[in-house]
Amino acid sequence: MDWLNLLIIPLARSVALILVLLTAFAYLTWFERKLLGRFHVRYGPNRAGPKGLLQPVADAVKAIFKEEFIPDHVDKPIYVLGPALALIPALVIWAVIPIAKNVPAIADVNIGFLWILAVAGVESYGLILAGWSSNNNYSLLGALRSSAQMISYELPMGMFLVSILMLAGSFSLVELLNSGRAWWEWLWLWAMFPLFFICILAETNRSPFDLPETENELVAGYQTEYGGIKFSLFMMAEYINMITTSAIMATLFFGGWRLPFGLLQNVQILGPFVLAFKVILLLFLFVWVRASVGRPRYDQLMGFTWKILLPISIGYMMITSILVVLFK
Amino acid sequence: MSLPEMSALFPTLQEVIFVLFALLIAVTSLIAAMAPNLFHNALGLVATLFGIAGIYFMLEAEFVGVSQILVYIGAIATLITFAIMLTRGMMFGRTSAMNRQGLAGAIISGLFFVVLLGIVFQVPWPNVVADITDGEALIANLGALFVSTYLLPFELLALLLLVALTGALLLARDR
Amino acid sequence: MAIDYLPLLILVITAMIFAAIAIITPTIFGPKRDNTQKKQPYESGMIPFHDARRRFSVKYFLVAMLFLLFDIEVIFLYPWAVVLRDLRWLAMAPMVFFLAVLIVGLLYEWKKGALDWGE
Repeated sequence: MDWLNLLIIPLARSVALILVLLTAFAYLTWFERKLLGRFHVRYGPNRAGPKGLLQPVADAVKAIFKEEFIPDHVDKPIYVLGPALALIPALVIWAVIPIAKNVPAIADVNIGFLWILAVAGVESYGLILAGWSSNNNYSLLGALRSSAQMISYELPMGMFLVSILMLAGSFSLVELLNSGRAWWEWLWLWAMFPLFFICILAETNRSPFDLPETENELVAGYQTEYGGIKFSLFMMAEYINMITTSAIMATLFFGGWRLPFGLLQNVQILGPFVLAFKVILLLFLFVWVRASVGRPRYDQLMGFTWKILLPISIGYMMITSILVVLFK
Repeated sequence: MSLPEMSALFPTLQEVIFVLFALLIAVTSLIAAMAPNLFHNALGLVATLFGIAGIYFMLEAEFVGVSQILVYIGAIATLITFAIMLTRGMMFGRTSAMNRQGLAGAIISGLFFVVLLGIVFQVPWPNVVADITDGEALIANLGALFVSTYLLPFELLALLLLVALTGALLLARDR
Repeated sequence: MAIDYLPLLILVITAMIFAAIAIITPTIFGPKRDNTQKKQPYESGMIPFHDARRRFSVKYFLVAMLFLLFDIEVIFLYPWAVVLRDLRWLAMAPMVFFLAVLIVGLLYEWKKGALDWGE
């Protein structure tokens, strides 16, 4: 019994979570390609299966049966470690995200906020390792750029998270969703959401902030020397990061598993579906932005976070603290 | 599962996990000190810091563990890798871990090890430690201490960071 | 309790094992066709004439250093944020000073041009 509760059940939940995320990743690629096709007034994938629904399966089979080779000029152990380290943080953040009332995905810890921060803090290492070990100008430049970009946007994101923390008064994400918010809190948070979303776009290296892999200057950035499954792992990391950050944003800003006005909040089974619906809406936003917004120059990118986002986030944090002292 | 059952099982499991973290720290800190390539040294250091963060989590010092990951791994180690990337010939070159001070270093660290051993055997470690049930209350308590008991160190820290900020600017200024 | 974190550790280990499996599987199934051209660094079709050992702009280093300092400040805000609603103005006053110093630092960097990326 002890072993069952301590090891087997968390293990089963972990495996289930990873499988769900893999499937979600596969169909997110289909979703994105299909949507981009629509934005460009073309069909998108439509050959493998009805409406191209089997395209992700075909891609997976192709990735597995491709030749795996390691170029001569790379640092082999680190070259292989890079894609793995890019993927792992994206998967493990999920542990603390609540998927139904009082049910976090894996572990019931009361420091969910801190776990998210800690894992987000190490996300850039996969890219640094890949870029350095590849021993290629493009890779190295891409890795340097991406890590500088990620750490710069982490600061305003941290400031915004402090504001959310002040309103919630607890490090637990489960608690955050159980205790309601006043109407002015919702409005005040939603006013900040676009800025937070910009930080998230930069953190996940999504366009328009995909400067680490600008194909017209850096070929493919840190992943230039990668092919086959290792390249797929970088893709997997990026897309699972999109899903993960969408779930975090859904939890922090839009009530996670809850329906509006506390409707049906005791129907446990509904939780995951409500969360999934919100995540899909946010993923649509990711794709929409990719289809619509052009890429900034690198100096504009860095200037934007240090000179605009960071001061705004500090100001927002201070106003929030005054609001909390006055009204909570 | 009843509590006595759990406590009968848990020490062994806890010990296993502790040994795993300790091994990780030992092996990676050797890499950090001995590997011929500077970048490998830095990565060994990162892995060592991870192991130490794991130990903090086992000691129920979540905030210290998270600060360790955020500040040391997320910021300081990134700074170190950047510094290596900025240094000519250091990135892929091989450097010897030994130099003229090797012997002196070995003696000093040996002596330090003896001192540590002495401390480990001298201190009367408590056998039973109270379980901390609410890690969050602990962190909140920390926040309350910042603005009351430790107010002066807290504000001095802000000034220290300001000094460091100007120092950083001076170091990296274009000449 | 520390035992609460065991599931987190299990998830991390499971994710590591998954990544290892994903990397190893194709080496079994994939074909093996060696040639030297394939193993050259990619330089947009040019023959590579030097290693990627060039030095990079010191700006990256400066950004990392600024990030480190501000990150430490943000770390101190987290415990403070959860007690604010209990301590109210008592917690507010020290943090105003703390943040004022932070903002002075930021303004100084700005004035000195450390935040300008362009050369």
